[in-house]
Amino acid sequence: MGYVFASPWLIGFLVFGVIPIVLSFYYSFCRYDVLRPPMFVGLKNYKYLLTESPLFYKSVYNTLYYTVCRVPLVIVGSLLLAILVERPRPGVGAVRTLYYLPSIVSGVALSVLWLWLYNPKFGLINQWLGWLGVPGPLWLESERWSKPAIVLMGLWSIGGGRMIVFIAGLNGIPREMYESAVIDGAGWWSRFRYITLPQISAVLFLLTVVEIITSFQVFTEAYVMTRGGPLNSTLFYNLELYNKAFLDYQMGLASAMAWLLFVATLLVTLALFKYLGSRVYYEAGVPK
Amino acid sequence: MVRRVKKKGPWILHYLVMILVAGVMLAPFVWLVLSSLKTADQVFTTPPTWIPRPVQWSNYTDAFKSMPVLLYTRNTLLITLLCIIGYLTSGSLVAYAFSRMRWPGRDVFFFILLATMMLPAQVTIIPLFVIFRKLHWINTYYPLVVPSYLTGWPFFVFLLRQFFLAIPSDLSDAARVDGASHFGTYWRILLPLSKPALATVAIFAFLLHWNDFFGPLIYLTEDAKSTLALGLAVYAGKHPSEWSILMAVSIVMLIPTVLVFFFCQRYFVEGITLTGMKQ
Repeated sequence: MGYVFASPWLIGFLVFGVIPIVLSFYYSFCRYDVLRPPMFVGLKNYKYLLTESPLFYKSVYNTLYYTVCRVPLVIVGSLLLAILVERPRPGVGAVRTLYYLPSIVSGVALSVLWLWLYNPKFGLINQWLGWLGVPGPLWLESERWSKPAIVLMGLWSIGGGRMIVFIAGLNGIPREMYESAVIDGAGWWSRFRYITLPQISAVLFLLTVVEIITSFQVFTEAYVMTRGGPLNSTLFYNLELYNKAFLDYQMGLASAMAWLLFVATLLVTLALFKYLGSRVYYEAGVPK
Repeated sequence: MVRRVKKKGPWILHYLVMILVAGVMLAPFVWLVLSSLKTADQVFTTPPTWIPRPVQWSNYTDAFKSMPVLLYTRNTLLITLLCIIGYLTSGSLVAYAFSRMRWPGRDVFFFILLATMMLPAQVTIIPLFVIFRKLHWINTYYPLVVPSYLTGWPFFVFLLRQFFLAIPSDLSDAARVDGASHFGTYWRILLPLSKPALATVAIFAFLLHWNDFFGPLIYLTEDAKSTLALGLAVYAGKHPSEWSILMAVSIVMLIPTVLVFFFCQRYFVEGITLTGMKQ
């Protein structure tokens, strides 16, 4: 009887999980253009990607650049936001809502909006920079600034979403800890360093893992705003994968890319759990 | 938190920073709304100006003329609603199986379910495309809708299961002792008690599919079947300088999400606490 109730998931798991995974693994060793049946070519796809493909390493580099910039920025940014609005004070609820608002908005609409904000001549951002006396760069039209532009936009659009999780973590810290620390004469920095940080280390760790995985998947912004340009400077891994699969119909090659990404994600996650996960446990005391 | 100490000075500073940041977060939205009412001439002025002068409401009617906005909205709504129904029915049934029933392999399967939440979509997207193509489902809504009836988003099962577990099992046990079937218990006891969790799932599912871009991009090829997100992206690619129209359509797309968000805020918090993020 349990199987009957669980059958939607069991069937879904088989049809949308097991079968595609097996097929995808098989395709990654094939040349396959959808029209003709897949032809087994051994490790050729992987070899091509790792040694010959002109755009593969470019997309890896772009994605790593994006990840390395975005993850710390989003983590620190959203933690600061959370600290700012953590205590219930008059008006804080409304402010929280405002911070969270960009997180629920469609990626496409956001990209269209930011395309305009970043416009070097008619956009808002360079006007603001101008007020500060800084000459604004060409942003999405410049090979150098296109990635930072997408990172900044990411901070604005997800910061409030991550903030909510941090607030939940901060609310879980017993108030007495701060009170006794104050009595012992601890300043705000020591309170933050020795109480807040260890107490939210589990949340911090979880969000870091989630953020890295999310950064590896960046797609919509680049697809809508730049299509990978200028000069492939925003050709992220998933965009290249999409191009190979759905523009060039090189399904085998794209499957190989998917597997490389999967393995990379898995390794990074495992490494994080190994090196940081144990620290979280130690500092947070007994996890519930 | 740090400001637990009772000092009056930093209070004002605190509020100032809070409001300044709120201004930065809000500015793009205000800019979006105002820009959607500007004339084409005013959009292309340096330095950019905020206040539309004159206010050009016809941007919206123009947008509806140059893009089948109503058709896109209808399509998006149709897909979204069908998916919400799918997640609610299949998700709650499976969650019942994972929280109120004993069957061999249940715990192993639950672990697998959790693991599949982490499976990147790229690994399955290509074979799924190939399968759907063989079924002649490309350019139909089946690839977008059918997965939701087979718990395509396992997170929802997890969320509902957590909620079911929080409901005292005495209630369902009593019903079972009185001779109610599993389906009767599920339908008459658990579901009516789970309205908040079901609402949370419905809202997350709404946002997920209303905003979805990748699915429609891959599976829909005909403009008449397009969704708002896809239609907007395609239009932005073809007419990159028609800003007032792009802004107007963006706003049409944003309004439902913002409304849902403002009226259903507590369910968002519910979702976060339920899934154990709090610990």
